[in-house]
Amino acid sequence: MNSKNSVNRFMAGLLIVVACLLLPTVQGQQADSGSGMAKTDNVTNGGQASLRGLTELDETREADLFKPVPRDRRPYKSDYVYQPPLIPHKIRDYELSANANKCLTCHSFKNAVDSGATKISVTHYESRQGQILSDVSPRRYFCLQCHVVQTDTRELISNNFKPVDSLQ
Amino acid sequence: MTFWSRLSRPSKASAGVLLGLGFVGGILFWGAFNTGMEATNTEAFCSSCHAPIVAEIRETIHYSNRSGVRAICSDCHVPHAWTDKLVRKVQASKELVAFALGTINTPEKFRARRGHLAHREWQRMKNNDSQECRNCHNFDFMDFSEQGRRSITQHSTALASGDKTCVDCHKGVAHRLPNMSGVEGWQ
Repeated sequence: MNSKNSVNRFMAGLLIVVACLLLPTVQGQQADSGSGMAKTDNVTNGGQASLRGLTELDETREADLFKPVPRDRRPYKSDYVYQPPLIPHKIRDYELSANANKCLTCHSFKNAVDSGATKISVTHYESRQGQILSDVSPRRYFCLQCHVVQTDTRELISNNFKPVDSLQ
Repeated sequence: MTFWSRLSRPSKASAGVLLGLGFVGGILFWGAFNTGMEATNTEAFCSSCHAPIVAEIRETIHYSNRSGVRAICSDCHVPHAWTDKLVRKVQASKELVAFALGTINTPEKFRARRGHLAHREWQRMKNNDSQECRNCHNFDFMDFSEQGRRSITQHSTALASGDKTCVDCHKGVAHRLPNMSGVEGWQ
């Protein structure tokens, strides 16, 4: 009886101590939620800069200026075998949707001869199983998934990348 | 004085008043007519029914560009010459009936008819040699040295010879395109 009482008293004391320890953190969280903006304490980049600079994840960084895209130039050399050729011209407002593909008005098998543009490779007419189709395969239809425009800008991360020997 | 003689020999003063009234009335009518017609050429007027399609131009070069020149709906869709404009306005009054009938009152109905509407507008521009493009883009004033290689190739051949007109290649310059399969030069 006596021993049971003392255990109860000990447990009650422990509860009070734990409650006192927890109270400040609970109050702190309430104060934060009251300010409206979800400002969390546990988001930090640890001083590590990324492509977003030192901006924290929960902050919105000011947008960069658009980089100038060359209007129209000769095709870029490939840096490795099977590289999707880069786009050497502007493509602003060229619609690429389920309805229309502006790229194919010059680069398709049908139009490439007249337009003088680089013809898309035969791989674009293959299904996933290697079967040759009569028209561009749906999985190769959205050109910009692999082909991108280039801008003459500073490299994001300095590197020593070199093309393979055969393409140098 | 009989009624007939009063009509056949009006006094000089009343003839002058009639002429004056006719003159002033004419000016007022003409001004009001043209002002009314111009009011139906504003972007706000077009948007009151065609809001979703007017919004499409906002991301294109004809709305947002470095030099601050902007084309609004009527610059391309309404002829500038007065008689042609009047004809187009009368044709467009048909749209009021379609609006009342609810021919295109949902996005689904619009998507289904978009091809039909686009083809009609392309044909209209083909028939008048893309006059609404040429109101601003004059072929004679083009400086090929300022154009890209691809532009020079097309403009100095097909356009210069009159083989093609602007809209043959420049489709969807201010709107999203309909399904383009089967359209000449596409897919």
